[in-house]
Amino acid sequence: MERNLMKGNEALAEAAIRAGCKCFFGYPITPQTELAAYMAKRMNKAGGVFLQAESEIAAINMVLGAASTGVRAMTSSSSPGISLKSEGISYIAGSDLPAVIINVQRGGPGLGGIQPSQADYWQATKALGHGDFHLMVFAPASVQEMVDMVVKAFDKADEYRVPAMILADGLLGQMMEPVSFPEISANPTDKSSWAADGHKGKREHHIINSLYLKPDELEKSVEDRFARYETIKANETDAELYLTEDCDILLCAFGATARVVKSAVNEARAQGIKAGLFRPKTLWPFPVKELNEAAKSAKKLLSVEMSMGQMIDDIKLAINCSKPVEFYGRTGGVIPNPAEILAEIKKVGGAE
Amino acid sequence: MTVITERCKGCGLCAAACPKKIVELQKEKRNKKGYFYAVCTDQEACIGCAMCAMMCPDCAITIEK
Amino acid sequence: MAVVFERPKSLLDVPTHYCPGCTHGIVHRLVAEVMDEMGIEGDTVGVCPVGCSVMAYDYFGCDMIEAPHGRAPAVATGVKRTNPDKFVFTYQGDGDLAAIGTAETVHVATRGENIVVIFINNTIYGMTGGQMAPTTLPGQVTQTTPFGRDPQLAGYPVRVCEMLSTLTGTAYAHRVAVDSVPHIRDAKKAIRKAFETQKAKKGFSIVEVLSTCPTNWGLTPTEAIKRLQDEMIPYYPLGVYKDTTEEGNE
Repeated sequence: MERNLMKGNEALAEAAIRAGCKCFFGYPITPQTELAAYMAKRMNKAGGVFLQAESEIAAINMVLGAASTGVRAMTSSSSPGISLKSEGISYIAGSDLPAVIINVQRGGPGLGGIQPSQADYWQATKALGHGDFHLMVFAPASVQEMVDMVVKAFDKADEYRVPAMILADGLLGQMMEPVSFPEISANPTDKSSWAADGHKGKREHHIINSLYLKPDELEKSVEDRFARYETIKANETDAELYLTEDCDILLCAFGATARVVKSAVNEARAQGIKAGLFRPKTLWPFPVKELNEAAKSAKKLLSVEMSMGQMIDDIKLAINCSKPVEFYGRTGGVIPNPAEILAEIKKVGGAE
Repeated sequence: MTVITERCKGCGLCAAACPKKIVELQKEKRNKKGYFYAVCTDQEACIGCAMCAMMCPDCAITIEK
Repeated sequence: MAVVFERPKSLLDVPTHYCPGCTHGIVHRLVAEVMDEMGIEGDTVGVCPVGCSVMAYDYFGCDMIEAPHGRAPAVATGVKRTNPDKFVFTYQGDGDLAAIGTAETVHVATRGENIVVIFINNTIYGMTGGQMAPTTLPGQVTQTTPFGRDPQLAGYPVRVCEMLSTLTGTAYAHRVAVDSVPHIRDAKKAIRKAFETQKAKKGFSIVEVLSTCPTNWGLTPTEAIKRLQDEMIPYYPLGVYKDTTEEGNE
């Protein structure tokens, strides 16, 4: 299979096009800008639509419009821009529309910085907009995974009629790695039962809508959606378990941080410390079952994040606080290095 | 001129528009929503100009000639 | 007996939630009549954002999308760019189009997006109970300008057709009113022309319709019509503000 050296942001774009994404609506923001630039070069040639919107708000609503007609639609941004998209994402979720949103995270809050961060974990998994809803959140840790997860995100978004997010970060977006694009058969989902693309006088008119003024009707629509969420939780969790079989200390990390943690785990093992790594690939749904499996032999867990500690909440919930969960993190764009993580492993008790 | 009485909201824009002054909001009968609905007081005098129907916001008037 | 006037087929046979005398119903009918006459209901997607007309999806027979407040032009862009052969229209109020959605409005026009915008200007926020809109006239009393709109405090009204007609991407900008039968006939012609402009792929059209809000103006429906004529039309003159649809056809 052909392998190309590609930047993460460009690989995300190429994968989307190959997955049958028909339109990309974006707005410049560091560190995801190469994605939009790549789309601008490639999308029209691929028979799709590239449009630079006047704002993040407009971009996500263009996605809403395109997705309403049944085509695969995507937008991308970085942290402050995702905040602007949150209204539109809530409407997309409330209208049961599939769409893919990419967040190449940078430091926050506010304008923050432009270096890698994972401080949008809460936003992505708990509160991306108002109201009762979730979106599927995929967390790649390599450029190859960025490719694979974009394809999966489109398929799953269509299958469950939910928005899906790739939660990457500036490190993954900017780094180059060899990738291969597997034979992607854009998985065409039949959307004719709901898409608003002109009824041609052959069916009832379709309405894409998130407004329900009667409380019991709104409750019913939310409950129906949450029933779908239960199916997603049961079927779609994914995680990597590394050296967890006999581990005393289980490190938990996702995305780029997990790569650093893996080095630290290897070094710990070399020094005789039984460390393991749990790396969730889906952040929502959170891989509860997989984490409990990984943590079976562990006496302690250590969550390592590029934030002040956000995923740690889900880790504690997943194991029902049955074991101590420690935290080590760097934030603001600082990337932890293996040595400081190893030192933390020793400090919190893996060394005894 | 036929008023679909259940659709009429009694706004009176039809009566104001009628050049023959033969559309009025009567004050005796209400529809199910409680509105006094419009009536044509003299079908013979109606010239079928449809000005009442043009002004009706509720498509509550049908004109036949 | 021949039927000379009846409900257009593209307007579904259901009662509307609009207040008595509200002219939304007239404008709905005109849009539906145009869809019927052009035979395009099955090829049309309408976009109605937050405001009194948010539930227009229950009234128009074409496929409909409900958009977030102010975002209808962006949603319509997404529809049109991926479905260039479909007719796409938005139906927006003044708060939606000229306050919260100003950026979307200006940019959909300057891109020359090949869609139709129906803009209802009734100088007030209706759905939320009558607050100041960007088009509220100086001195006009609303819930949030209880002593009348003071331009020193709240600025001046936005004249949307005038503003958008300065943009190269705007092909057709026309302000009409629905206060009288002759004006309603003009409004219908303008809406038809806007859809024909889209059909000919000539770019962005806006039809601004001066409308009434008897409930929030605190007037009877006939008094409201009179206010539209006496106060609104002088401030918002009717007419074609831009029409480049005949250019370059030789």
